[in-house]
Amino acid sequence: MAKRQVMFTFPPEKIKDPLIFHLGVKFNLLPNIRQADISEAKGWVMLELEGEEKDIEAGIAWLESKGIRVDPVTGDIIEG
Amino acid sequence: MSHATTLRCRKCGREYPLKPLNLCDFCLSPLEVNYDYKAMAAAVSRDKLAAGPPGMYRYRELLPIESDPVDIGTGFTPLTKADNLGRELGLDNLYVKNDGLNPTFSFKDRVVSVAATKAVEFGFNAIACASTGNLAASVAAHAARANLKAYVFVPADVEAGKLVGAAVYNPVLLTVDGSYDDVNRLCRQLTDKFKWGFININLRPYYAEGSKTLGYEVAEQLGWRAPDCIVAPAASGLLFTRIWKGLEELAMLGLIDSVDTHMFVTQAAGSSPIVNAFNAGSMHVNPVIPETIVKSIAIGNPADGYYALRVARQTGGGGCSVTDEEALAGVRLLAQTEGIFAEAAGGVVIGSLKKLAAAGSIKRDQLTVAFITGAGPRTQEILTDIVRPLAVKPTVASVEELLNVSA
Ligand SMILES: Cc1ncc(COP(=O)(O)O)c(C=O)c1O
Ligand SMILES: [Zn+2]
Repeated sequence: MAKRQVMFTFPPEKIKDPLIFHLGVKFNLLPNIRQADISEAKGWVMLELEGEEKDIEAGIAWLESKGIRVDPVTGDIIEG
Repeated sequence: MSHATTLRCRKCGREYPLKPLNLCDFCLSPLEVNYDYKAMAAAVSRDKLAAGPPGMYRYRELLPIESDPVDIGTGFTPLTKADNLGRELGLDNLYVKNDGLNPTFSFKDRVVSVAATKAVEFGFNAIACASTGNLAASVAAHAARANLKAYVFVPADVEAGKLVGAAVYNPVLLTVDGSYDDVNRLCRQLTDKFKWGFININLRPYYAEGSKTLGYEVAEQLGWRAPDCIVAPAASGLLFTRIWKGLEELAMLGLIDSVDTHMFVTQAAGSSPIVNAFNAGSMHVNPVIPETIVKSIAIGNPADGYYALRVARQTGGGGCSVTDEEALAGVRLLAQTEGIFAEAAGGVVIGSLKKLAAAGSIKRDQLTVAFITGAGPRTQEILTDIVRPLAVKPTVASVEELLNVSA
């Protein structure tokens, strides 16, 4: 089992979709939410995903295909 | 023994031991070094600090290190009164902190020095980073000094020329065949897997503390006082928060009067998530995809963006971004008024300073310090079109004629 800490940023039109629920069921992942802020205009969620490495990868790719931005919670670490 | 006591979560306050850790397990927020300030206060005084060596380790008592530092000669860079530039911008009390004059030509030597020292203390035999520029050079140099192995990861599409400044120290350079996100993910996985000190991942809380010395130095160089305004660049936002922390600590230790410094955060417009949030009045930093020639501060998802934003807000400071053209103009303006050649991030600072002064956000009489965090030669390719020599024959007459001067 692997764990990945990520932040999802939702565009306003996606806020009402139960995407995190689908992510869990579809890819056999356990989403464990630690911080979130969701309003009409914006939404972001910080969470830990637990599951098989390949499922985490596939789940994130699926979520991105739905227009959700996925970032590591540690921020970008590649510096110019 | 240092006065560091624990790592503490910046958001929820949970405490952790002083280990190679960077995230709060509970809320996934960054961890920060926490100190016993009572003991620290008893150990320091202005006189003792002023009598220390002319480098960043004159402030050793205020840093979280337990052993002799891995030091390549970093710190105590010049703070110059910038009267020519001030005249140009309408500021009577302007200073430039020229931190491009560090051993590997950027302020990164301050942060990497502390992180490398901790890597040795933690028993790592390698330090690593992902970078094509300032961080890569500094990590490789400190590894050489400390007899550590250095692993430097770069995206595969980077031109070899960009890597000379790191390669000269002979690190293990690895080009990763993948996207930016792939490199990010890979480095995190490697940190979990190997006993490496990944400089801005598991060593990040210690790395961060090195930047405090910039705040200390400026206050000491001003005769133990905090400036009225500070203008500094942000990538991840860490430097910006730690300059402020440095000043606050000096006040807490009774070394300067209370701090009333307005902190102005600056970014390139093509990568300005922190400034965007400031201008939008939001407290959440939305990630962006960077698109700017100012590569050294092009971070789309800044780990400490929220905290940098908070510092700018709480201090009555501000945020300012400039276009690439304005940044280049800033580089030229600083060079042509003060004789200081900064890299593009310095151009962002000077370009922003110009706007802030023009808008009246920074007032003529306020004691203002502009932070130049890297030197120009590393990125001189962005300025090639400024070389326009005049061609003359090897005769006095030819020079006289062309320049329209005579003896
Ligand atoms: C020249 C220069 N200035 C400023 C920064 C900003 O550092 P930080 O990530 O702490 O905001 C960096 C590095 O990212 C840099 O290379
Ligand atoms: Zn926490």
